[in-house]
Amino acid sequence: MNILTYLIPISLLLGGVGLVAFVYTLRSNQYDDPEGDSRRILSDEWDDHPKP
Amino acid sequence: MLSVPGVHCAACITKVERGLMAHPCVSAARVNLTLRRASITAAPEVDVADMIALVEGLGYEAHELDAAALRATATDKAGRDLLMRLAVAGFASMNVMLLSVAVWSGAADATRDMFHWISAAIALPTIVFSGQPFFRNAWHALRGGRLNMDVPITLAILLAVGTSLWETALSGHHAYFDAALTLVFFLLAGRYLDHRTRAIARSAAEELTALEVPRAWRLDGDTETQVAVAELRLGDLVRVRPGGRMPVDGVIEDGTSELDRSLLTGETTPVFAGEGQHVSAGEMNLTGPLTLRATAVGADTSLHRMTDLVAMAEAGRANYTSLADRAAKLYAPGVHILSALAFLGWLIGTGDMRTALNIAAAVLIITCPCALGLAVPAVTTAASGRLFKRGMLIKDATALERLAEVDTVVFDKTGTLTTGTPTLEAAEELEPDALAIAMALAGGSSHPLSCAVVEAGQRLGVTPADVTAIREVPGYGTEGVWQGGCVRLGRASWTGADPLAQTAAYLKIGEEMPVALTFADTLRTGAAEAVSALKDAGKQVLLFSGDSAPAVQAMAERLGIPEWQAEALPEQKASRIAAMSGEGHKVLMVGDGLNDTAALSAAHVSISPASALDAARAASDIVLLGADLSPIADACAIAQSATRRIRENFQIATFYNIIAVPLAVAGLATPLIAALAMSTSSVVVSLNALRLKGRT
Repeated sequence: MNILTYLIPISLLLGGVGLVAFVYTLRSNQYDDPEGDSRRILSDEWDDHPKP
Repeated sequence: MLSVPGVHCAACITKVERGLMAHPCVSAARVNLTLRRASITAAPEVDVADMIALVEGLGYEAHELDAAALRATATDKAGRDLLMRLAVAGFASMNVMLLSVAVWSGAADATRDMFHWISAAIALPTIVFSGQPFFRNAWHALRGGRLNMDVPITLAILLAVGTSLWETALSGHHAYFDAALTLVFFLLAGRYLDHRTRAIARSAAEELTALEVPRAWRLDGDTETQVAVAELRLGDLVRVRPGGRMPVDGVIEDGTSELDRSLLTGETTPVFAGEGQHVSAGEMNLTGPLTLRATAVGADTSLHRMTDLVAMAEAGRANYTSLADRAAKLYAPGVHILSALAFLGWLIGTGDMRTALNIAAAVLIITCPCALGLAVPAVTTAASGRLFKRGMLIKDATALERLAEVDTVVFDKTGTLTTGTPTLEAAEELEPDALAIAMALAGGSSHPLSCAVVEAGQRLGVTPADVTAIREVPGYGTEGVWQGGCVRLGRASWTGADPLAQTAAYLKIGEEMPVALTFADTLRTGAAEAVSALKDAGKQVLLFSGDSAPAVQAMAERLGIPEWQAEALPEQKASRIAAMSGEGHKVLMVGDGLNDTAALSAAHVSISPASALDAARAASDIVLLGADLSPIADACAIAQSATRRIRENFQIATFYNIIAVPLAVAGLATPLIAALAMSTSSVVVSLNALRLKGRT
């Protein structure tokens, strides 16, 4: 059962990483224009670096 | 900030953004495809009109949006807040569920206790953070001496966490941390759906308001300056150009013209305006430029005083309680009594405080309105989504339920059943010469009747006659010279004709008897379909209008509306509707003008077209975004089926409680059963709501 001492923290950490990532996307206005963002990938502008 | 309704793909985004960026003064431009808006950051000297011209040059329709009116929804703080709490609750419930599954599948003794403690460590902070919306609402309700859905929710969550903590400390078998967290997660999902539906409706409604940027031209000495309407003061001289709306109440100082007062009174015939005459804010100037001296500005204008009527009428409607509230009223006390009884019963029966408290917590968790919390938002989200696709915007949360009960529909005429733009009647029967002359004369004016003449002529392929020296006499008509004789098109008194009862212009050629050109209102698309579909659905259809009797009668006969009332004053409309409501009818009012606002608020539920005045849209529950009226009948059908789904969902939730509650009271409910039962009922309810979307 000693494996639990690794596995439980790891599972919590992974979940936490997902949560932090979600909070980051929410804070940086990434859900403001879902429709537009899904179309923008079709345009070849700003393919090399993000739009300033 | 511009509204660009035409963008729809990646190419459009690139084209608009690149076009805007090409302008030397623009430092940033970004198109939001979801909202169909373009936000532009530019140097202060750039005029909005230039930007609009630029976008229109690219082939897209563009309108200015009032940034101040939009600011409220620019960042949807409340929605974000809910989403954040939802995410945290989801994360925590998944982790705790993982640990709980281990316990259910046989972890024992020290391992079980450790898992319970870890669960507690995750659950406690999460509940404190994610449960706040419920705790706050429950506290408000309790302080006000009421019970709402949030009171049993809060109690269940707190009791579940409390007893679980106690059990864990005593290394007991059952802990409900997972149940408490999934509960919070599902309920937050319901709240978020509910919030999003309303936020979408609100932002679209605000966009309609923001489209009307209130500007006016103020005369200072000889110079005209453009100012915001809010900056106008009493006694200011204001210039109103043809096609403009009066920004203030005032007296005409200079100029003659005609006024379209249809939004205020419902009359379609333009009235003459000359020096010394009083005008009210909201009237449209048709032919000549006018200079006004402001006699009332801002909140003192007659336009604003009309809105007071609305406030009074609205107070009466606040009495409606939604299905969810009615269910909560029955439900909340029932649940509390049940769990209190279970607690007392077990306490007396066994004398064991711990068992009794555990059972009471289980009862509260099992009965917790998880399914009820999702039952209404899931259905309303699906229904408003469908209505939005058909061009209808639900502004009020309970509008769907009220719409489903409607048995009487009252229409306004001008601007609602009709578009408010006239068409020339019997153009084919006019002599070709006369029509050609009328067309030539009408070409020199932007008066709506003139536009109708030109349009009719073009439709029949008539070439305008060779009329020279065309001159518009504001307020009277246009005159010119044709084959050496004077020709005039305009008012009856000016052309020497006997005025007819209906809307008409008169054409005088030389010394001949004037010819009357009569006009009818253009029927809005879908008006006939909407009326006949509503009648087929067994609803009573009525027509109330402020217009003159012959015009209203003609319209009623054309659409097959048996009952109508003409020359109705705003108060009369509202009181007729109030009287019908008193007789037990549920009235749907469809109207657009200021004269309808009181009636719109007095009705059980109300609809207004997007072209309606701001005040009318504010007073109505549903806004028609397109020009088509036919969705109204569909909306009633969708509302009825949505209400049916909500009731079904309540039945499902009740049925589930009937099965689960005895188990809980008998002390047979384990955390595993609670988790299964709760998730199943929530999923069933959501699926039932989606059924609405599948049907067409």
